[in-house]
Amino acid sequence: MDTAKGVLVFGEIVDGKLAPVTIELLGAGRKLANELGEELSVLLLGSKGGSLGQEAIAFGADTVYTDTDSIFDVYNSDAYTQAASGLCKKALPAVMLFGHTDIGCDLAPRLNGRLGGGLAMDCLALAIDPATKFLVSTRPVYGGNARATMVAKAARPQMATVRPKTLPAAERNDSRQGKVVMIEDKIDPSVMKIKVMERIKEEVEGVKLEDAEVVVSGGRGIGSKQNFEMVKELARVLGGAVGATRPVCDEGWTPAGLQVGQSGKVVSPKVYIAVGVSGAMAHITGCLGSKCIVAINKDKEANIFNVAQLGLIADYKEVLPALTAKLKELKTA
Amino acid sequence: MHTIVCVKQVLDPEIPPAKFKIDPETKKVIPPAGVPPVISVFDERAVEAACRLKDKNKGKITIISMGSAKAADVVRHTLSMGADDGIVLTDDAFENLDSFGTAYVLSKAIKKIGAFDLVLCGRQAADWGAGQVGSILGEMLGIPIITLACNIEVTGQALKIRRIVRDGFEVLEAPMPSLITVSSEIGLPRLPGGMGLMMARRKVIPTWKAVDIGAEAAMLDKANSHTEVTGLSVPTRKSECEMITGVTLVEAAGNLAARIIKLV
Repeated sequence: MDTAKGVLVFGEIVDGKLAPVTIELLGAGRKLANELGEELSVLLLGSKGGSLGQEAIAFGADTVYTDTDSIFDVYNSDAYTQAASGLCKKALPAVMLFGHTDIGCDLAPRLNGRLGGGLAMDCLALAIDPATKFLVSTRPVYGGNARATMVAKAARPQMATVRPKTLPAAERNDSRQGKVVMIEDKIDPSVMKIKVMERIKEEVEGVKLEDAEVVVSGGRGIGSKQNFEMVKELARVLGGAVGATRPVCDEGWTPAGLQVGQSGKVVSPKVYIAVGVSGAMAHITGCLGSKCIVAINKDKEANIFNVAQLGLIADYKEVLPALTAKLKELKTA
Repeated sequence: MHTIVCVKQVLDPEIPPAKFKIDPETKKVIPPAGVPPVISVFDERAVEAACRLKDKNKGKITIISMGSAKAADVVRHTLSMGADDGIVLTDDAFENLDSFGTAYVLSKAIKKIGAFDLVLCGRQAADWGAGQVGSILGEMLGIPIITLACNIEVTGQALKIRRIVRDGFEVLEAPMPSLITVSSEIGLPRLPGGMGLMMARRKVIPTWKAVDIGAEAAMLDKANSHTEVTGLSVPTRKSECEMITGVTLVEAAGNLAARIIKLV
């Protein structure tokens, strides 16, 4: 489709502000738009959309499309898909970028299905091929064992989701000029088939995984829910967050929100201590960004030792109490 | 209540990374010898979700799997868990289809199967993990789509779904029919019992080809794929792991503590 032009960022509004990932996507989007010689725009849905327009322009957008209907203040798959597809059918973007967030992961595939585009999820890198001008997306596959580059030759828009903190944030320039366009298409209420009944916040005790400088994770090797207390104790002593592998969450030893891995959270703390974790790629993918991975496992062949910088081959039960006690002592010294 | 579950047979993701080999020319993974393929983990959870609904609400579960003829193994496993019927969709034309092509084949098979109340898919395939087939399929079928479910119930004429969000859960209500993608947070799948295994062994699993489901050649033509893989590589990981030791394990633990304290 030669008529498809420009880069459109699906923007998210969190706590009345532009979400950090949106600012990162505006940065990446600006670079892609410059390489295409085309414009960068952003879609903001929600009552704050209009007031955030200037800021989005300062972060690089040439055009801000916004629908300030309060129906968008809580994510609704049907309403968002209709609004986004309505805009795309008029604006015909060549590229559309989303955060790999709760909303992005739900909306992007559905919008892709609606529009018949080409989508790559969970991208590690985005680039424009200088010869073809196609978007080249790089994403992890096989649990992170491999990387694939993907291209959509004809399908438009070319779409990608990117996790927060993967791309650098855009630089702010308040002298930038742009325009804010109000979308006034009313959402047909008959399209809203899904009703959001309630939102339940899961209280995480202690430090949040995504913000922690230290993460202590336990794997299947921990063996039981009771023994997982030892992992939590080490995290407490270090002032860190607790993480877990998917099998641990499956067993119910920890809440599901503590899962680190390809289908869980991706973290990049200063120190990631993996206790009783074998190191399956689907888990490792979630912690490879850590400055230092420390592994404690009784199996010297465990894959975790292929990615860790510091290792201790031992049954965690025999070393964790002493490790925790020593660290407690050193911390208070 | 009729639930259709889409399942995929994949390379075992638990193989040690050292055994993971690719052919960069064909952009394919070379399956290691002697390691049987398995059911994609999230698809197995989708089957478990269907079985739980059948436990409570009675009804029927139909499994479909697009893949090689060997996919029958994975379908048979789901029959032993409690699914009623299974069909393998296999055809040379179905090879190397992208997410759109896959969703299209599944949609044609579902149209051939007939009326349903619910379609379940895993949230993403354990191999390529594209994470889209379910949603694209829902759009093709023209039904509501809910992703990342960790609990599904029927209340009256509606579906009550609990789904995973970053800081907790959302509870949604949707009509039937809908399509729901299932996440691992739904819990562990049941292990097939003797009865289930026996009944599964006796079942006939038909195979359907493109002509059987009325799949149009243009939709299966690779030249019309929406996305293509232009490269496949294994990232080289340079990591020298320094092993911490000690005369005793307690001493080793102390030595490790001394190293960690410098990093935090």
